[in-house]
Amino acid sequence: MKLKKNIAVSESGFLFDPNTGDSFSVNETGKKIIELLKEEKTDDEIIKWFAENYEIDKLTFENNFYDFTAVLQNHHLTE
Amino acid sequence: MEEKLKYERPVITKINAGMPDKFGMQAKMPVITEIDEIPVKKLIKQYGSPSFIISEKTIRKTFNEAKRAFTSRYPKVQFAWSYKTNYLNAICKIYHSEGSWAEVVSGFEYDKAVANGIPGNKIIFNGPDKSKEDLIKATENGSYIHIDHFDELYELLSVSEKLEKRPKVAIRVNMDTGVYPQWDRFGFNYENGEAWNALNRIMMSEKMDLVGLHTHIGTYMMTPAPYAVAASKLAELAVRIERKFNHKIKYIDMGGGFASKNTLKGAYLPGKDTCPTFDQYAEAISGALINSDLDPNEMPTLFLETGRALIDDAGYIVGSVLANKRLADGRRSMIIDTGVNTLFTSFWYEHEIYPAKEAGSHSEDTTIYGPLCMNIDIIRSAVKFPLLQKGDSYVIKRVGAYNMTQWMQFITLRPKIVLIDTKGETHIIRESETNESLTSHEKIPDYLK
Repeated sequence: MKLKKNIAVSESGFLFDPNTGDSFSVNETGKKIIELLKEEKTDDEIIKWFAENYEIDKLTFENNFYDFTAVLQNHHLTE
Repeated sequence: MEEKLKYERPVITKINAGMPDKFGMQAKMPVITEIDEIPVKKLIKQYGSPSFIISEKTIRKTFNEAKRAFTSRYPKVQFAWSYKTNYLNAICKIYHSEGSWAEVVSGFEYDKAVANGIPGNKIIFNGPDKSKEDLIKATENGSYIHIDHFDELYELLSVSEKLEKRPKVAIRVNMDTGVYPQWDRFGFNYENGEAWNALNRIMMSEKMDLVGLHTHIGTYMMTPAPYAVAASKLAELAVRIERKFNHKIKYIDMGGGFASKNTLKGAYLPGKDTCPTFDQYAEAISGALINSDLDPNEMPTLFLETGRALIDDAGYIVGSVLANKRLADGRRSMIIDTGVNTLFTSFWYEHEIYPAKEAGSHSEDTTIYGPLCMNIDIIRSAVKFPLLQKGDSYVIKRVGAYNMTQWMQFITLRPKIVLIDTKGETHIIRESETNESLTSHEKIPDYLK
């Protein structure tokens, strides 16, 4: 999963895609995933990091993570 | 060990700059964590998922609001509980304990009212389907028989010849009250003279006691004005009977049809903001009767058979999320364990559904499906809803009317119905169905055994 390079995310979770002019709102965990994707972390690394740092088991997060990335693809925010 | 961060499902929502309206919408979905101070989690754990929950406190509060609205405007008012709206015995007994009579529309409902301890002279018998046996029973018990059509009128005449008691009757009158579509399937028409004709035949027969006039102008009436028109027309008939036959009728029955606060499909604004209050209905009906030519010293009793508006708010469904999935175009869908078989009213309402625990401030356009393997099993086709996890709980509001009578045993078994009494104690008032309870009605021919 690779995020488009020029996607910008603000502190408050406002996300802007300069390619299309579309803007989005993300919650705290969504913002964190986008930040990790921008750092080019792999899916497995992100899943492991969340399971270690949040009150969530690995399998549930993996399920939620792939649902979230499917939405990113649907909004054409990935390469 | 370092404490872990609180988790919320990751969400991304596209921001659409749409046309603003003057009403605005609440951005964050409220949460219902408890019903009458009992945690939803506890109810599900104790009674299973899904379960119907009924609040006795809300039933009594709503009933007394309606009663106050009418009794403060009209001298003689009598409510009759509409059995078809919810005929669980425990529910009927709550209304009867508040002084409601029974309003029934079939032999089955009639027998239920009798078994609930209601004397025959406090049962109103409506509906187009009354068998000869029903008519005999109702006559002998002194119930109020509301005649629906001429075939019934003549059957009752024939029955009354063989009985010692005279039937106490009213006619059901349908009429133009200015609403579309006009309900003309119940009773006799006012405008074309059929109602007057029926009243004359009853009075001339001298075999029945004409005691009342009834109408049921429609359902989910979103304006009180048609009730004023209907009350005026019934009052006019009552005055004509008195002039011609020197006979006073004892009551005018305005039927039911008051809207609850649910939102009908296709409505632009929520029902809770647009549906009339009991005070508005009461003002329309009482005003029309008081301003009519009826003798102010001997006004007929006003009967009301409202069902939906009295009980819808008292009913809840608590249940669990079965799954979340993406539809082909990326839209979110959520599958819950309540389907249209259980929540029958979802065919015409946009039911309010809420998470049972804090689920964050972000929500997504979601289609909420029931558990049935049927394409029509949609509880909400599009609602902004927070992302819940499989197993999380939800609460559906305002389900007290019709669901527990019109529900279907289809694909899944019907769940428990639980009453929370006024002291906060819970009671199962209908057990969940089992395979045994259903198959006990089946028979297998010998050659298939």
